[in-house]
Amino acid sequence: LTDSSPGRKRRLLRLYYSAAPEPQQEEQPDPCDINGAQFDPELYLNKLRKECSLNELMDQESCMVRQIRSLDSDMQTLVYENYNKFISATDTIRKMKNDFKKMEDEMDCLSTNMAAITEFSARISGTLQDQHAQITKLSGVHTLLRKLQFLFELPARLNKCLELQAYAQAVSSHCRARCVLQQYSHMPSFRGIQDDCHAIMERLAQQLRQKFRDGGTSAKELSECVELLLQLDEPAEELCDKFLSHAQTRLEADLQGLEAELRDSAPIDVSTQKLSSAANPMSPSESSTSSHFLSPAAQTDILEFIDRGCNEFVSNLCLVIASYQELFVNRPQEGELASKNIPQMANSKLLVFVDTLAARYFSLVERRIQEEKGVGDNSLLVRALDRFHRRLQAVSKLLPGSAVPSQGTEIVIQAARERIKQYLSALQSFYLDSLTDVRQALAAPRLSVGGTSSAGGGALAGSGPPGKEAPPSLPDLLTSLSNSILNQIKSVLASVHLFTAKDITFSSKPYFKGEFCSQGVREGLVVSFIKFICQSSRQFCESAGDRGGSTPPVLLLLLSRLCLDFETSTISYILTLTDEQFLVQHHSPVTAVTALCAEAREAAQKLLNHYVKVQGLIISQMLRKSVETRDWVNTIEPRNVRAVMKRVVEDTTSIDVQVGLLYEEGVRKAHSSDSSKRTFSVYSSSRQQIRYAPSYTPSAPMDTNLLSNIHKLFSERIDIFSPVEFNKVSVLTGIIKISLKTFLECVRLRTFGRYGLQQIQVDCHYLQMYLWRFVSDENLVHFLLDEIVGSAAHRCLDPSPMEQSVIEVICERG
Amino acid sequence: MEDDAPVIYGLEFQARALTAQTAETDAIRFLVGTQSLKFENQIHIIDFDDENNIINKNVLLHHAGEIWHISASPADKGVLTTCYNKTSESRVLTCAAVWRMPPEWESGSHESPDDSSNSPQTLELLCHLDNTAHGNTACVLWEPMGDGKRVISLADSHVVLWDLQESSTKATISSSATLEGKGQLKFTSGKWSPHHNCTQLATANDMAIRGWDLRSMSQIYCIENAHGQLVRDLDFNPNKQYYLASCGDDCKVKFWDVRHINEPVKTLEEHSHWVWSVRYNHSHDQLLLTASSDSRVILSNMVSISSEPFGHLVDDDDLSDSEETHHEEKSKEPLQDSIIATYEEHEDSVYAVEWSSADPWLFASLSYDGRLVINRVPRALKYRILL
Repeated sequence: LTDSSPGRKRRLLRLYYSAAPEPQQEEQPDPCDINGAQFDPELYLNKLRKECSLNELMDQESCMVRQIRSLDSDMQTLVYENYNKFISATDTIRKMKNDFKKMEDEMDCLSTNMAAITEFSARISGTLQDQHAQITKLSGVHTLLRKLQFLFELPARLNKCLELQAYAQAVSSHCRARCVLQQYSHMPSFRGIQDDCHAIMERLAQQLRQKFRDGGTSAKELSECVELLLQLDEPAEELCDKFLSHAQTRLEADLQGLEAELRDSAPIDVSTQKLSSAANPMSPSESSTSSHFLSPAAQTDILEFIDRGCNEFVSNLCLVIASYQELFVNRPQEGELASKNIPQMANSKLLVFVDTLAARYFSLVERRIQEEKGVGDNSLLVRALDRFHRRLQAVSKLLPGSAVPSQGTEIVIQAARERIKQYLSALQSFYLDSLTDVRQALAAPRLSVGGTSSAGGGALAGSGPPGKEAPPSLPDLLTSLSNSILNQIKSVLASVHLFTAKDITFSSKPYFKGEFCSQGVREGLVVSFIKFICQSSRQFCESAGDRGGSTPPVLLLLLSRLCLDFETSTISYILTLTDEQFLVQHHSPVTAVTALCAEAREAAQKLLNHYVKVQGLIISQMLRKSVETRDWVNTIEPRNVRAVMKRVVEDTTSIDVQVGLLYEEGVRKAHSSDSSKRTFSVYSSSRQQIRYAPSYTPSAPMDTNLLSNIHKLFSERIDIFSPVEFNKVSVLTGIIKISLKTFLECVRLRTFGRYGLQQIQVDCHYLQMYLWRFVSDENLVHFLLDEIVGSAAHRCLDPSPMEQSVIEVICERG
Repeated sequence: MEDDAPVIYGLEFQARALTAQTAETDAIRFLVGTQSLKFENQIHIIDFDDENNIINKNVLLHHAGEIWHISASPADKGVLTTCYNKTSESRVLTCAAVWRMPPEWESGSHESPDDSSNSPQTLELLCHLDNTAHGNTACVLWEPMGDGKRVISLADSHVVLWDLQESSTKATISSSATLEGKGQLKFTSGKWSPHHNCTQLATANDMAIRGWDLRSMSQIYCIENAHGQLVRDLDFNPNKQYYLASCGDDCKVKFWDVRHINEPVKTLEEHSHWVWSVRYNHSHDQLLLTASSDSRVILSNMVSISSEPFGHLVDDDDLSDSEETHHEEKSKEPLQDSIIATYEEHEDSVYAVEWSSADPWLFASLSYDGRLVINRVPRALKYRILL
């Protein structure tokens, strides 16, 4: 019964306990539902009777009986259970009845007690009312008195603090009292206290300022000082100024130290250093040691100077900036101070301060850098500049708005520019020195060539056959000169390259990446130097032309070859080297290699032209003198070739050798088989012309050389002082042209007797025999010599020429 | 504006001496002296007919000898001086003389130009400018713009100032100066300055140019080493009193301010051989002629050192010109010093070049082979200077 159908049990229980079970409300009451509340037994029986058979009715009946039985048992059980429950409830109620009775008594007791308490308390509060007010008042007076005591004790306390140098405490005490004192200052006693306090605080401030002013205080103390002073309403601006002026004196001491050093070192000349480095193009490290060695007592070097500047001035400056910023700029601002906008004011002051001091420092550094003229060791300068620049970065970190680092960079850039200029001038002077050496070597060819280089030593074993006049070492001199120039340029480039080394801080600046490489090194140094070489070479042409041969012609020849070599190879080599080393990016237009080459070629051409001119002039001068000083009318019958002509041939030969040492042979037109044997065909025809021409125009006797004129008409015009080509034949042709033309013009100014003419004939034949071999086109020599003899014949009073055979005999005799 | 072709005249003899007939301002006339040792020397009077481009010549005989230098009187058309070689007894001496042209040469030539050569007239000797003590005469200079009464002869190392009297038939030495120095000094040429009231003379010897004051006959300046080699010729700027041009064997033409003689004002180096003659145009001193033994004559426009450095100012009346041309003209100024033209008509050394005294745009040059070439300044330039 208990567990067979709990749902049913519950429902039954519900039916039992509640008057209105739920299912009845939900479903249509079925009167036939035996369990339903609306069960109609009559209806049910009728239904059964109507519907069911007897058997079924029987079954129904038995079933019904069974069910009734079970229901009965169920009911019995329930009744039993409820009965038990009822009994226990009754017991409980009984017990409760007893307890409540006891509790009621206690409650009564309590209420009486409470009434008593209430009464008492009312009575107490009534009695204590007056005293409580008094106590409150008293405690208020007490605190006031304590404050007053503090106030009255304040001067003494402050004094004590002052004695103990507990400034911070004093200031905080004073701060606490200050406003009170201020408020009650109309009362005389308070006024007195206030005055006392003021006086004391004044003293304190005084002391603080003193402390502030004293040099020896540490940064922390100093900052404490400043803080206290600020709290004491000391004007911040004044404090800034004081702080800065204080710092300034110290920094200025540093600067003066630097300046003193600068002044000490100033009088010492650096030329020794320069000379030593110029004389031996060594690697930078070597030359630096040697220069140190040469001037051991000299000034501190720039690295030391910069070091000192950095360590003393810059680091102090940084310290000052840092502490200043801590004191004034980066302070946590409280209340009233914040309104005054101290950081801005302080910052601007600091900027001005730093800028002025840095400007002085920079001017010192600049002066020092300017003194750095010796070009021996660049690494020292670069390292010094690097340090200088690096240390300034600290300032920039501390003081982002400052112009100092950029100015510093500017100085570095300036120094680099200066350096390039110095290197340029060093290169130039080196070049001029080498030229002087070469000059000396040329002047004394047999002496050992000490000044130039080792290559000069091997000159005596020279390659070419030494001519009579030509120094044997000409090609060697050339190679040694060009090599030493090249080496010098290389070493200078290496030195300058230090500026762009990776570990140098300023090498990453845009200037050093771009302009320094392209405008500075490439244009300012290399290109300028090459241009200088060309220019100075050209100057040789100009100055020497007017004022006589101050430049030995050989030097002209040598330089011409040098410039030509520059044009063909050296320039492009140097520029390629530069571009590679400096990774020049051509942002700005730069001089093209071709332009430089053209310039060098032009210089070479000019030099060679000038060489031709000078040499031609020397020979011309001999010829001219020989023609002008002789009395050609009254000369004797020629027996010999005049010595001058032999000299001319000799000189030409030696020039030929000289030029041959440096220049290639060049092309010449094919010689006729008997060039030296040629007779003056034109002359002989012109001689006939003289004899038979008069019949040509009866009225006006024809005494001009018609055939020669016709010849001229068809031959090309000969430019005497014309540019020559870069080869031996062309050079010699130029010289011979000039000489013979002079000869011609001189002959035309003279009048000849019979033997005068014959002498000219002999001389010309002699020249003919020897000069043809030097020139590119022997017809040129023939033509000019014909002209000379022709002109002499014209200018002859008694033109009876010598027999060709006789001339030949005389000439062959020597 | 095509330029007229040059007019060429050939002499039969070699010649070095050329001058314009200075006193003649209407006809274009040049005098040429020949050099021949074997035949009678001549003076060719060359008249140039500008309109028809024709040359008329007249020949006068110069019996005395070959002519090295010739110069015409600035006052009298008929008077001229020559320096000539006199050969006597195997001795050659250069003498100088004043001559008068026969008065009828002009008329005669016009009547029968063909016959003129058949019966050449002879120069009439007025007087010799000789003093054997002075040696060879290099040149004779007339007083510029003078009355034809004063001449200077340069003989070896002497400067001799002559007074011509009795219509030039008598010459007396009024003063003289001698070049002092070591060695045999010889004047090569000289020029009488038209400035300073004709009291100054410039001479050339060897490489030096010297200035002389004719009142005291003393040297006033000396440009040592004016040229690298011999100085061949010099000329005064007709409009700028301190400026002179010189030329020499260093192929250069140099311009000097005689107040600053250390450096030339300007140097031209255009010739490829000795420059024998340099001449300023008489009216437009930017035009300069040089003749050289490289057979060339060069006409240069030396605007920067002329008296008209920026050309003429454009007249205000020319405003009718369109703006464009105006602008063009502006852009052209200032003109650059430049070579205007190189004349290559000669085939032998050109020893002399002279501007015409009548037409400032015309000049003659003479080469050794006897070729006289008459040329004009290019018209484009002429109009640019004039307008």
